Amino acid sequence: MSNEGVIYRISGPVVTATGMEAGMYDVVRVGHEGLMGEVIELHGDKAVIQVYEDTSGIRPGEPVLNTRETLSVALGPGLLTQIYDGIQRPLATLEEVMGVFITRGVDADGFDMERKWQFDATVSNGDEVVSGQVIGTVQETETIVHKIMVPPGKGGKVKSISSGEFNVTEDVCTLDDGTTMQMMQKWPVRTPRPYQQKYAPDTPLITGMRILDFLFPLAKGGAAGIPGPFGSGKTVTQQSLAKYSDAQIVVYIGCGERGNEMTEVLDEFPHLIDPNTGKPLMNRTVMIANTSNMPVAAREASVYTGITIAEYFRDMGYDVALMADSTSRWAEAMREISSRLEEMPGEEGYPAYLSSRIAEFYERAGRVQTLNGDDGSVTVIGAVSPPGGDISEPVSQGTLRIVKVFWGLDAGLARQRHFPAINWLSSYSLYPPSLDQWFRDNIAQDYPEIRTAISGLLQIEAELQEIVQLVGSDALPVDQQLTLEVARMIREYFLQQNGFHEVDAFCTVDLHYKMAKAILTFQESAKSAMAAGADLQDVVNVPARTDLMRGRFESTYMDEIDALVDKMNNEIADAIGEN
Amino acid sequence: MSGKEYRTITDVKGPLVFLDKTEPVAFGEIVQLRLTDGSMKNGQVLDTSEDLVVVQVFEGTAGVDLNTGVKFMGDVFKLPVSDDLIGRILDGAGRPRDGGPDIVAEENADIIGAAINPYSRQSPHDFIQTGISAIDCCTTLVRGQKLPIFSASGLPHNDIALQIARQAKLKDSDEEFIVVFCAMGITAEEFNFFRSDLERTGALENAVLFVNLADDPAVERIITPRLALTAAEYLAFEKDYHVLVIYTDMTNYCDALRQIGAAREEVPGRRGYPGYMYTDLAMLYERAGIVKGKKGSITQFPILTMPGDDITHPIPDLSGYITEGQIVISRELHQAGIYPPINVLPSLSRLMGSCIGAKTTREDHKSVSDQMYAAYAQGRELRGLVAIVGEDALNERDKQLLDFSGVFEDKFLRQSRDEDRSIDETLDLCWTLMSEIDTKYLVRLDQKWIEKYHPDNRS
Repeated sequence: MSNEGVIYRISGPVVTATGMEAGMYDVVRVGHEGLMGEVIELHGDKAVIQVYEDTSGIRPGEPVLNTRETLSVALGPGLLTQIYDGIQRPLATLEEVMGVFITRGVDADGFDMERKWQFDATVSNGDEVVSGQVIGTVQETETIVHKIMVPPGKGGKVKSISSGEFNVTEDVCTLDDGTTMQMMQKWPVRTPRPYQQKYAPDTPLITGMRILDFLFPLAKGGAAGIPGPFGSGKTVTQQSLAKYSDAQIVVYIGCGERGNEMTEVLDEFPHLIDPNTGKPLMNRTVMIANTSNMPVAAREASVYTGITIAEYFRDMGYDVALMADSTSRWAEAMREISSRLEEMPGEEGYPAYLSSRIAEFYERAGRVQTLNGDDGSVTVIGAVSPPGGDISEPVSQGTLRIVKVFWGLDAGLARQRHFPAINWLSSYSLYPPSLDQWFRDNIAQDYPEIRTAISGLLQIEAELQEIVQLVGSDALPVDQQLTLEVARMIREYFLQQNGFHEVDAFCTVDLHYKMAKAILTFQESAKSAMAAGADLQDVVNVPARTDLMRGRFESTYMDEIDALVDKMNNEIADAIGEN
Repeated sequence: MSGKEYRTITDVKGPLVFLDKTEPVAFGEIVQLRLTDGSMKNGQVLDTSEDLVVVQVFEGTAGVDLNTGVKFMGDVFKLPVSDDLIGRILDGAGRPRDGGPDIVAEENADIIGAAINPYSRQSPHDFIQTGISAIDCCTTLVRGQKLPIFSASGLPHNDIALQIARQAKLKDSDEEFIVVFCAMGITAEEFNFFRSDLERTGALENAVLFVNLADDPAVERIITPRLALTAAEYLAFEKDYHVLVIYTDMTNYCDALRQIGAAREEVPGRRGYPGYMYTDLAMLYERAGIVKGKKGSITQFPILTMPGDDITHPIPDLSGYITEGQIVISRELHQAGIYPPINVLPSLSRLMGSCIGAKTTREDHKSVSDQMYAAYAQGRELRGLVAIVGEDALNERDKQLLDFSGVFEDKFLRQSRDEDRSIDETLDLCWTLMSEIDTKYLVRLDQKWIEKYHPDNRS
């Protein structure tokens, strides 16, 4: 037995090789063209390989070479601003080599191996270093300092280390036992990177979207699922999160989605400014684009490539957010390969291990104490595309069992042009109990109570709407009519948000708190004015309320909102006299 | 290749032939079968190993027996392409169907087609004027987009597709599209309708037709759209043409896919369709687009009929997840005698935002389109209410909106099959119709557009 075998069988992306020594998940080179593949099953002498490139024209008898490495990503300075395919080949490099169409048999490094980076050592000769410890830094982009860490499993006394200009493969540090370290390290994608311990999340990931931050907050280190039928705005929501969330690093995986849509992202992101730093958004972003017509096995790998990169930045002590759009396409890739393997299928043809794979993936999210004692987090936000919008299907269900936040997109709301089309009745977040302390300390003492009041009003509205459907709103008592008006204000002023408007697209927590308060203030003033004899229509139609609501499109809104609320209160009080 | 003929068929099942003891055969290789009566059939390798080869026979396996000779052609399926394709009618496997000569190849193109590097794509942004108000105003088509028509049996989707093919052009430009038409399992009658229409308007000279009819082998349908797209890619990216690909009917294509899956005893997904149908459809639909540095473009208009008018059926469902929107044809509107019966409410063009506005269509387009949509949606909703409580129970605003929904269908949607409305005409028509609603109810219209375009302010 050796590292070389021959092809026995080819069935689409699945190739069987014989006569080769192989272990599970070994990376192999298939055929004369050396197509990249991965061993996914062993039967005695036969190794079953999933191939990351198109296999047309490959014949039995062609050679297969086992590299004896598992599928790994290269980690080091140069990752940020890159756009990769599912197996970490930069798309720009592929374009240089192959032209506009992706052909096969081309290998490409994950980033420039020759580029010199200024490495500044942070430990000295003679220091004791352990796994995960930072030994030096590189200013990778304007905003991000790339920390060079001792790879997991290595450690000892530093024999020599020096600052200076190095490329990623040059030795920057030597230990007493002869171990050398470079700025680049490799890590197998299917193995989670180690950490000391997981913490309970206690800080929210601020997304700038009011409905998410206020009603259904996600914690840094948490996991969220966004299921929705086509056309309900999953991709727009994901992109919005990638643009505005206050994570320090964003990994965006376009998994099996549309080419033109990915192009839009690729065109748009380099021109966007990060509202948190004022610098180009790409400086903190790594993108993976494996569109629906690119090889299915690479699609399966893309989410692992992405999350390994996310974990690597987490280990430097950063808060990382990972968006996967869409995990259903990833699950379908698993199904496709499983069916080629003739495995016994589970529900709807998906493999029986579907839910455990989904769980393992989301479980790589978390807020951790890193090996060097730092605090870092990976937040995972996965879009799900349930067939026909029916979330009783296996991918949605497998996701819902593991994530603690569910942002349910609703085709009906999208049709009414209510965006973001997140259904406030079916969505949920299990994080408020662990995040409320943060909101109390950093925003306002009564923040959780305001949230309860607002979501309570929305619940009541849903019940009242059922009655209105039958008898019309005029038949309701005036206090209930007021409740409907208040709820409408919540929907149109607070929940709706224009993701393409330069001001409205991002809303701070302080501001949305004030907006929520303003709604409750309106309710209170209106109630007391009506108790004193004011007419509902007069109260609802005070011009200052319209000004208050329109004001949110102005960049100075934060400074003006208090005055606008006062003005509204005065006008409502004046309405008493009119009757 | 040796060109050796094998007589080692062991099994024949549905469209599949199984052989053993052959030379090493490539995955995807083209196969020629010589039947005992001397007739020839073509096929393609679906699965290959040292012991067993599975061949999918395009013309069906009728007449194939264990003595049938099988020859492996040494190459994957390729289509001879050249400028000569334009004006030709080919069958579902790419052979001339119009009695003309074989296509003289400038090159032979692999029909599977490689994926366009997302990094090399160019975002579509050129507005295509179809002359159909409902599409131009509400679900605007962009060059390089893939926008399917979701229809159902008995609806006039073919007329709409033809009208689009006839009228589609860039605004203020006479540049015409090359139409690549791909028929999969449609009836001879439908095909004749297409052909005579294209002939009548002279469009046939600027078209390439790939035709697999209902009585042609079903399995052949798997390759027909790939041939059409290969021709389209050649014309767009090698010859700088703007290509409009119309394929009909995707439902027949998917059924052929299911037939092969079943013959291979694959584990079926929803409704028996194979689990890889999403990927398979994506490999067709994603061949639309524009790439950097090339002048041409591919715009796709797939037509599919929703079985049982069910939009959640796997075929429209998976298509909707891949395509950039959809145009939904409504039976209700059709029965009300409205042509084109496009229901704008579930219809969508995802790329619309990138191609409308002052520079391309008109500054008020977005505002107008939003208002037309919103007013019609509310009006339609009120119809349900009126059925219960009667029209008298409506307030003034609701009455106007209810009336508007009727006018919308009668004046805005309805147009004749050869009526070609420019985008300005369409938008002016919108303003005329909306002027029947009190301005204070038109909350989605910008004040400045009302001042500029509202008929009250124009005269």
